[in-house]
Amino acid sequence: MDVTTDERDFDRLVSADERVEPRDWMPEGYRRTLIRQIAQHAHSEIIGMQPEGNWIARAPSLRRKAILIAKVQDEAGHGLYLYGAAETLGVERADLLELLHTGRQKYSAAFNYPTPTWADVAAIGWLGDGAAIMNQVPLTRCSYGPYARAMTRVCKEESFHQRQGFEAMAVLCAGTPAQKQMAQDALDRWWWPVLMLFGPSDEASAHSARSMAWGIKRFSNDELRQRFVDATVPQADHLGLRIPDPDLRLEADGHYRFTPVDWNEFADAISGNGPCSRERIAHRVDAHEDGAWVRAAAQAYADKHGDRAARGAAA
Amino acid sequence: MTRQTSRNEAPAGADVATYALGLGDDVLVLAQRLSEWTARAPQLEDDVALLNIALDLVGQARNLLSLAGGRENPGRTEDDLAFWRDETEFRNAQIMELDGGDFGRTIARQFLVSAWHVPLWDGLRASTDPDLAAIAGKAVKEARYHVGYARHWLVRLGDGTPESRRRAQAGLEDVWPYVGELFEPDPVTERLVTAGAAPDPAVIEPVWREAVEAVLAEATLAVPPTVRRPTGGRRGVHTSAFGPLLAQMQHLHRSHPGASW
Ligand SMILES: [Fe+2]
Ligand SMILES: [Fe+2]
Repeated sequence: MDVTTDERDFDRLVSADERVEPRDWMPEGYRRTLIRQIAQHAHSEIIGMQPEGNWIARAPSLRRKAILIAKVQDEAGHGLYLYGAAETLGVERADLLELLHTGRQKYSAAFNYPTPTWADVAAIGWLGDGAAIMNQVPLTRCSYGPYARAMTRVCKEESFHQRQGFEAMAVLCAGTPAQKQMAQDALDRWWWPVLMLFGPSDEASAHSARSMAWGIKRFSNDELRQRFVDATVPQADHLGLRIPDPDLRLEADGHYRFTPVDWNEFADAISGNGPCSRERIAHRVDAHEDGAWVRAAAQAYADKHGDRAARGAAA
Repeated sequence: MTRQTSRNEAPAGADVATYALGLGDDVLVLAQRLSEWTARAPQLEDDVALLNIALDLVGQARNLLSLAGGRENPGRTEDDLAFWRDETEFRNAQIMELDGGDFGRTIARQFLVSAWHVPLWDGLRASTDPDLAAIAGKAVKEARYHVGYARHWLVRLGDGTPESRRRAQAGLEDVWPYVGELFEPDPVTERLVTAGAAPDPAVIEPVWREAVEAVLAEATLAVPPTVRRPTGGRRGVHTSAFGPLLAQMQHLHRSHPGASW
């Protein structure tokens, strides 16, 4: 095959805003960038189940318990779609999990923070899923077809989660003084980690420019962060909550100016030394090791019976 | 409906409330146990499936507790019943509250309970109480999925590796003594059976046993001998595992009396 023809075809697809599919030729750097990004995204979905799952048993009403179970189930489903999308690039889920467990692939550092109160669950839904939507809606137009399609499904559910999180927050804010304080404290805890979630500012982002050229990324980290702030500040006002940024103000151009993220403060969380980093990975590794005998049983059964569902997943 | 009688008078509201409370507590407590697997299932597909089952069970619990509380005077809400009753007021069968143990025990318990739920809800669809019948109509479809999931795994664990077989058999033997309580006659159920409002446990038991024995044979697992039959859940007698479960479930709600969530 003529490599230059392949490259030309690839460049044409990307510049025409068409989708690259698994069977298409793609540059090795493009494939590697996608694998890293999709895997990191998948890992974030499954690690994110921990801080929220922490509150399923204690949810304060049966309605909230049901909503939270459904949400965490959705996040597990997002992990499944995303690992599936990564597998179209020639990697195995088991290998990606191994990279997560050994600290060689990352996940969103926001999940390295704890959820000490029920309001943290509401705040993760409102702010965390809100940020996820800002990040992910542009990815529905990503140049890589399987990732774009996975994002279309995921975004529908994330916006549902965001609305439920906001509604849970609104109930707290309209509740007793203790509930309102719980809501404010949670906003104070989550505001900066969520702004951090958009990634380093554009000058500092090593991968941004190339990802833009490849049609993987559509907007810069700073643009997305600004959009999120612009959308979220009025919601906080509506709730009667104070954003923990004394310099926040609305400018004449209709955008909010805010204090730049203090990256030094997040250096530890990002490099895997956040308050819960060890705990999150240890929990994942324990679960994986505890389940080894179950996966081995499914494999042994499949070998004996020629079972097509070798992974043992229920039909 | 089994043992249909000509005396199909409307069942007493208090009996329906008691009956619905027991079945509602069953699924609430089992959902609480299943959700302990969140983010620690053997693989992601099972995180999804176990949460899916837990979600179905919470939905059933909400329906059943609302029905039970609505038949009381003055009425109580689903949350009044879930969060403001003490241990001795819960009416779930003890099998629901047992520690989930390893995946083998969790699957064994789920299989035995779901295999009971299927004929129970199926029979209850013909209840002379229209609310019970409506709840059962939805629940039976869910229970069929649950029993399918649990059967899928029980067969693979039983007929998998020596270790999985040992663990599945041990899990089965841990929970087996507690199944007797599901079929025990009690005066409330007997009156509801007479009124055509509930299926007869004596009719459900052989249906359950046949289904269970067929799957255990497929799984190459032995039917455990019944050495003792703990009982009392329906009268508020619970195992030592139950108090901590309830304390965790109720803590936040009780910390803010009168608050809305
Ligand atoms: Fe998600
Ligand atoms: Fe979400």
